Amino acid sequence: MSRIPGLKTRRNAELGLLAFAMLLVMAFGATVEANQFDTITSTFWVPAVLLSILFLGLHVVIRFTAPYADPVLLPAVALINGIGVAFLRRLDIARAISNDEDIPGIFAGTGGRQLAWTLASLILATVLLLVVRDHKIVSRYAYTLGLAGIVLVMIPAVLPSSLSEVNGAKLWIKFGSFSIQPGEFAKLALVSFFAYYLVRKREVLSLASKRFLGIDFPRGRDLGPVVTVWLLSLLVLVFEKDLGTALMYFGLFVVTLYVATERSSWLIIGLVLFFGGVYLAYLLGASVGGPFANFYDRAEVWLDPFSDANYDRVGGSYQLVQGLLGLGSGGLFGSGPGGGAPGHIPEVRTDFIFAGLGEEIGLFGLSALLVCYLLIVERGLRAAIAVRDSFGKLVAGGLAFTLGLQVFVILGGITGLIPLTGQTTPFLSGGGSSLMANWLLIGMLLRISNAARGPAGGPAGPERPGPKKAPTQLHGAMTEVIKP
Amino acid sequence: MNAPLRRSGVVIMVLFGLIFANLNWVQAYKADDYRTSYRNPRVQEAEYDRPRGVIEADGTALAQNQATEDDLKYLRVYPKGEAYAPVIGYKPVSMGSVGIEESENDFLSGESDKLFADRLSDMFTGDNSGGGNVVLTLNTKAQEVAYKQLKNNERGATRGAAVAIDPQTGAIQALASFPSYDPNELVTHDKTAASKTYNVLLKKENNPLLNRATSQTLPPGSTFKVVVSAAALQNGYDEDTEIPAGSVYTEGGATIHNAEDEVCPGSEVTLKEALTESCNTGYAKLGVKLGADKVKAAAKAFGFEDDTLKVGDLESGDGLAVAASHTGEIANEDGSTDKAALAQSSIGQRDVRMTPVQGALIAAAVANGGEEMRPYLVQKLLNQDRGTVYTAQPKTLRTPISGTVASKLKDMMVSVVENGTGTNAQIDGYTVGGKTGTAQNVENADPHGWFIGFAFNDKGEAVSAVCVVLENVSGGHASAEAARIAGLIMKAAAGGGN
Repeated sequence: MSRIPGLKTRRNAELGLLAFAMLLVMAFGATVEANQFDTITSTFWVPAVLLSILFLGLHVVIRFTAPYADPVLLPAVALINGIGVAFLRRLDIARAISNDEDIPGIFAGTGGRQLAWTLASLILATVLLLVVRDHKIVSRYAYTLGLAGIVLVMIPAVLPSSLSEVNGAKLWIKFGSFSIQPGEFAKLALVSFFAYYLVRKREVLSLASKRFLGIDFPRGRDLGPVVTVWLLSLLVLVFEKDLGTALMYFGLFVVTLYVATERSSWLIIGLVLFFGGVYLAYLLGASVGGPFANFYDRAEVWLDPFSDANYDRVGGSYQLVQGLLGLGSGGLFGSGPGGGAPGHIPEVRTDFIFAGLGEEIGLFGLSALLVCYLLIVERGLRAAIAVRDSFGKLVAGGLAFTLGLQVFVILGGITGLIPLTGQTTPFLSGGGSSLMANWLLIGMLLRISNAARGPAGGPAGPERPGPKKAPTQLHGAMTEVIKP
Repeated sequence: MNAPLRRSGVVIMVLFGLIFANLNWVQAYKADDYRTSYRNPRVQEAEYDRPRGVIEADGTALAQNQATEDDLKYLRVYPKGEAYAPVIGYKPVSMGSVGIEESENDFLSGESDKLFADRLSDMFTGDNSGGGNVVLTLNTKAQEVAYKQLKNNERGATRGAAVAIDPQTGAIQALASFPSYDPNELVTHDKTAASKTYNVLLKKENNPLLNRATSQTLPPGSTFKVVVSAAALQNGYDEDTEIPAGSVYTEGGATIHNAEDEVCPGSEVTLKEALTESCNTGYAKLGVKLGADKVKAAAKAFGFEDDTLKVGDLESGDGLAVAASHTGEIANEDGSTDKAALAQSSIGQRDVRMTPVQGALIAAAVANGGEEMRPYLVQKLLNQDRGTVYTAQPKTLRTPISGTVASKLKDMMVSVVENGTGTNAQIDGYTVGGKTGTAQNVENADPHGWFIGFAFNDKGEAVSAVCVVLENVSGGHASAEAARIAGLIMKAAAGGGN
């Protein structure tokens, strides 16, 4: 670790924000106990302090391995993660009370398990920061990662439903009581692959042939890759029965393509293809049924969740409606942590955690959480803008955008804005795969923001800020220095 | 690449802005709808969060609460079960409630404005002491006699109803319907079991969920002769006016006989005798003589055709809805009077239909000097500390007959019980009057047995007016059993000193 005078690391700001976030988590835990037990136990602070120790560990790792990393990322994520653990513990407590059981210990129940997953995730993020000292190294394994990504996406699709289907969406691999969502990891691998591929191909893809309505459209033969990914994502929609996942992969690709080529025509083509495809799937679901029926059902439920037909049907709008009723019951200020009845919402520990939380922290609390997510995404994009190499830009931009898109897809689904899909709420939902994958994503953003904010010429390198270096070769791809 | 990245940032902001706008829609604009939605289980939990008020009569709890261990903290309990079910109704977890539980729900749940002061003090003391209590007018002895006698009637009838009213106030002393059901099974917190029980009851023979006292209309048979008598007395007839009679009367396509050959075989009979013996030919001829309009007007004056009456709370007007009684169409297609129909209608057959509540109201009006009091069930409303918040103030519903007509009609009806068809209704120490009715209904089915009547104590005060009906009574003299039960109910009501 070597610091450059004049460049601020802002690590102490990170520490201060982290302390504030942990105080909020502790206050949440205390309020839960006050509402559930009518008293605050002497151990209310333990989960928050344990979490603080874990995050403090990552903070120290960042101090040594990525001293210039963005100081807002860790505290913002830690706050959401901490609230998630505290809320899951709150659900455990309520269930124990209603079943006349003992109050679960700190490490018991879904809250305890989430605490353990947080530890595992932070270890993974630490390993990533330690191993990947320069994000450009990742591009060496681009094809491996791309292949791994596609395999991860496809596994649930080809597995029988009994091993992969949860709530109508085939997004899982289940081994007994344990299950993982490989798609969460796939998005990391795919972003890295897309970034590498596009850095190499961006010149070709930037070539325009026809100008139509003031927009330059690409040549027909260059449409190959985008059509391939479009087809893949539609296959995901049909075989994994999940619009959100399809939207995420396709959106991820289109956005990296757009960023790489700076051509808005790609965005337009992408949007038209996607919504055309979705509408086609809807029509096919209405007429043909078969593999499209699930998507059609979800769209019907979305269009009119409160109709008796949709509400009473098995697999209908019951959980969506219960989520909305929970959110509405919370109103502007919420019932206070521990004061609501989120137990009425199905899947409140996973997909619907945002609705359960919304009942207790209200519109104001949810808006604050939304701002935290926005902060993480915009900080990620800022790192992308500031970093000097194309690969880093595309990876950081792609990851940040994907995270934002995932938050939009699940929250839009729960609040009835778009059809509901089986996405997890990043950092909040109970479950290991989502938490680990998203912490890896944050690790990568920390690494790239370190490069962006740190001295030019490599992370924590010996050089002082000075004249920019000439473009360097990056594994066959040109990397240029962006004019300030 | 920076420009597209910045634009992507804007896209994310727009998407998050949409989420934020939609959250405002869900959590602010639609919040009240969602908070109070019938699909929101929190609504039920809040309802069960504090004890619901007790429903009682004569100091006996008829609906009370039992603390539970589950999410819904109180279980509704009906200690007297089926005898009171048609009045009290039930308050299930996820189905609609009925009866007094439904009509007094605001007060029982504590939401009524009448309990505002108590709610306010709860806010300061932090108590959550529950809803207000409802005291009913029911006389528990009369109610239990009514249900027990209907259930164990000596003719094995499987359906019936009874209503007893205090003629001077309109307070309901008893209101029973048989067969009945156990409301406790419908209010269990096991919603699936409750809904299963409900569906079984719904399909069960003799429809136990039907309140036969208020909601079912049947041909009233000869009890309707009281109405025709009222029409005659109002139109110049007197108790001893001779009216044409005979053993057979044919009018249009209708042939009318008397119940037995010895009933009014002569060509003329006094009005009083005609009622005492229940002379069919005499009343059929009398009705035809008076004309359809006068018969209909007399019936309407007593409350026929009224579909707005509710028996419950005099102040709010809410309560058990009483079905309208009808005299039916007594006209040919060209609008002229159908005399055959009029002859049959005058003895309570053809399309004449009456509820037991209406029957009791007719008897009550006669007993109360022609003034028909509005029937009610809610005597008092008490707050959580049992302070009286409301006491019923009896109201006149309508005045169908003058005092003179009423006193003549009373004499005639007393004669029925003392010398005529209603002797089974006699009570020691009381002057009882009434009218029996045996109503033909479906061809080849046993007739319904009716009795409407009243009792005066030795001070000459009307203490009870009653209507009893037993459906499809076998073994002849269908009304005799109804009269016997009516006597027992009035005796219980009078002895209870309500």
